[in-house]
Amino acid sequence: MKSFAVRTLAAAVVLAVGSAGAPAAFAQDNIRIIAPASPGGGWDQTARAMQEVMQSEGIVKSATVENVTGAGGTIGLAQLADKEKGNPNVLMVNGLVMVGAILTNQSAVTLEQTTPIARLTGEYEVIVVPAASDIQTLGQLVERLKADTGAVAWGGGSAGGTDHILAGLITQAAGADATKVNYVPFSGGGEALAAILGGHVTAGVSGLGEWLGQIQAGELRALAISSAERLEGIDIPTLKEQGIDVELANWRAVVAAPGIDDAQRKVLTDAVGAMVKSDGWQKVLADRGWMDLYMSGDEFAKYLADENARVSEILKTLGLVS
Amino acid sequence: MDALLDGFATALTFANVGWCLIGVTLGTAIGILPGIGPALTIALLLPVTAHLDPTGAFIMFAGLYYGAMYGSSTTSILLNTPGETGSIITAIEGNLMARQGRGAAALATAAIGSFVAGTIGTVLLTLLAPLVVKLALRFGPAEYFALMVVAFTTVSGLLGASRLRGMISLFLGLAIGLVGTDALTGQARFTLGILQLLDGIDITVVAVGLFAVGEAFYVASRPELRNVQIIPIKGSLWMTREEWARSWKPWMRGSFIGFPFGALPAGGAEIPTFLSYFLEKKLSKKPEEFGKGAIEGVAGPEAANNSAVAGVLVPLLTLGLPTSATAAILLAAFQQYGLQPGPLLFTGNSALVWGLIASLYLGNIALLLLNLPLVGIWVRLLAIPTPLLYAGILVFATLGVYSYNQSVFDLGMLFVFGIVGYLMRRFDFPVAPCIIGMILGPLAEQNFRRALSISQGDHSVFFTHPISATLLAIAALIIVAPFLFRLRQRRPSSL
Repeated sequence: MKSFAVRTLAAAVVLAVGSAGAPAAFAQDNIRIIAPASPGGGWDQTARAMQEVMQSEGIVKSATVENVTGAGGTIGLAQLADKEKGNPNVLMVNGLVMVGAILTNQSAVTLEQTTPIARLTGEYEVIVVPAASDIQTLGQLVERLKADTGAVAWGGGSAGGTDHILAGLITQAAGADATKVNYVPFSGGGEALAAILGGHVTAGVSGLGEWLGQIQAGELRALAISSAERLEGIDIPTLKEQGIDVELANWRAVVAAPGIDDAQRKVLTDAVGAMVKSDGWQKVLADRGWMDLYMSGDEFAKYLADENARVSEILKTLGLVS
Repeated sequence: MDALLDGFATALTFANVGWCLIGVTLGTAIGILPGIGPALTIALLLPVTAHLDPTGAFIMFAGLYYGAMYGSSTTSILLNTPGETGSIITAIEGNLMARQGRGAAALATAAIGSFVAGTIGTVLLTLLAPLVVKLALRFGPAEYFALMVVAFTTVSGLLGASRLRGMISLFLGLAIGLVGTDALTGQARFTLGILQLLDGIDITVVAVGLFAVGEAFYVASRPELRNVQIIPIKGSLWMTREEWARSWKPWMRGSFIGFPFGALPAGGAEIPTFLSYFLEKKLSKKPEEFGKGAIEGVAGPEAANNSAVAGVLVPLLTLGLPTSATAAILLAAFQQYGLQPGPLLFTGNSALVWGLIASLYLGNIALLLLNLPLVGIWVRLLAIPTPLLYAGILVFATLGVYSYNQSVFDLGMLFVFGIVGYLMRRFDFPVAPCIIGMILGPLAEQNFRRALSISQGDHSVFFTHPISATLLAIAALIIVAPFLFRLRQRRPSSL
């Protein structure tokens, strides 16, 4: 008897999920995810992973990804704020890099004009020196920074990006003059890595995942990681435990268009929340090595505002924003 | 050696040979289309291949990368429309050969040259990878700047009949290269407040605009050109004995120039083609044929761009260091499979690595087998009536550029540069120096400023670093040597 009931129930569920005409099964019929960067990058990968999981988990009937490239994502942001205003079926991927780009590009549209949905994933940054360097600990690097800030050449990604911001924050927290930070931006992690391995710069900053292989192989020495606590399975001390009170995650999040009402916002927030909790998303995180940094609602809105304040202050000190 | 043999065993399975063939065919096709490059294609294929066995996927990607380099030479030669920036130099002599009915020979020398270079590059990858990586890491900003100075001196070989016009074209390219966010300070330069210009002007848009669209406009503006029937084939379809004799040395030289550039983090496939062209022009017994369709000018650069691809794989596989856009995407692909390229890849996943290397040998053979028989079909493109042919080029150029970023702004830029390209042809300005200025200018500037930033403003770094000093000396020699030769030639006559 029991098995019959279970089977009937199962069949009903299959019918409900399987039949396309059952609107109740989907939080949203269709959704378009704007990846404000070209295919292949982090934002694009996030958007495409969301698309796949939301569809396969039955959260939405259909999801599409639109790449709007350029200017650190601010072109996509402008499109979201203008063209999509009030459209409840659009999400846009963004991240810490966009906060910086809005400031350095003097973008007319800011993240405040969007509707915050949730922070999804992120990556912590590592500070490294080449294996041959005579700098053994973060303390020694800090000593050099204090003695002559300009003599420490930092290598990392683009000017005003996460790596640059972290170099500035560390210098500031060390009590040295952050206006004198000698940051050498390289295009792409590859060029920066080559400059560090070749000993052309003093130290390097980048996302952990990008350089983990070289760290494990012993070609780079990791001095510190920018997380609050040590990461499981990764033997790198945090900045905080070494006396530098800085914590920074290169986060990725989703926002929605401006001008949607609270009910529409809740539908999107719930849909993203359901996606994050699904097995499909957890598998994506594990496969790609992404950290789960899920945070939603008003908590995320406040976080976004705080990050904006912190980033604009350090970019001003670094001389990138007047 | 055993490892390589095992690699062949991996690569020669039925499925992997299939992936290799799919890769080279797809690569050839995207190479032919201007705008769509291997980086974009692999990025779009990544989600599809997520469920494949990684070895098969990488074998396909590598075939695609090689195939794209080869395919772009076809349109360069026949239509003066480079599909990839690495084939811009090929268009110069190759298209002139095609107009004289030697298109098939030009395609053949490009195909065989690519095969020779790809194979030499793969051999060098097999044998010398650790050594080449060590050398590449010695290149810091100061060394790159010196290398760019050497590359600039070789531009003289491309200036064309009028040096003044050539220089103007070069400076136009340098100016275009300045547009966008300054890489070192993040400040906008010459963007006129237009958001889309913050990322700079894409080299693909400029190259396709100046070459393909400019050419189409020019042909359309000249009624007498419209009715000129280009002779598709004059003489033998294949390369003559003389053409073989004039090709093999440039193939070899091009292979050895291209490989180390691919391994350099800021080298790329373009700069070795400039150097190869310059070198072949200097070494040729018939330098007067350059600018009129010299086969050396096709053979050398085509070999150089293909062996650069093999070079790119050296730092990627040994250090996890991507040195081109395509390599960066390949790196993302490795990570998708949970593989970490780097020193541990060779020990941890040796079957994959050696299977990949072995498949490169096979891919080269597959490309040659695929392309040589097609040469006869490709040259018939030239038998299409001119108006239809150029209309087709315009369609492909527009599609290609649009698919690159899905940006309407880019399409506008494409046609602006098309008009510039038309005017340059109308008033006899060579277009190649403009592209070279655009590629070299930003690299030279950024590395100059990075070097000074690291040295805290001390200019002597360029002379105290041995590699940099040597390169600058070579550049000085290239500039001074012609004057010295002239002086020596004059002396006996004045006696």
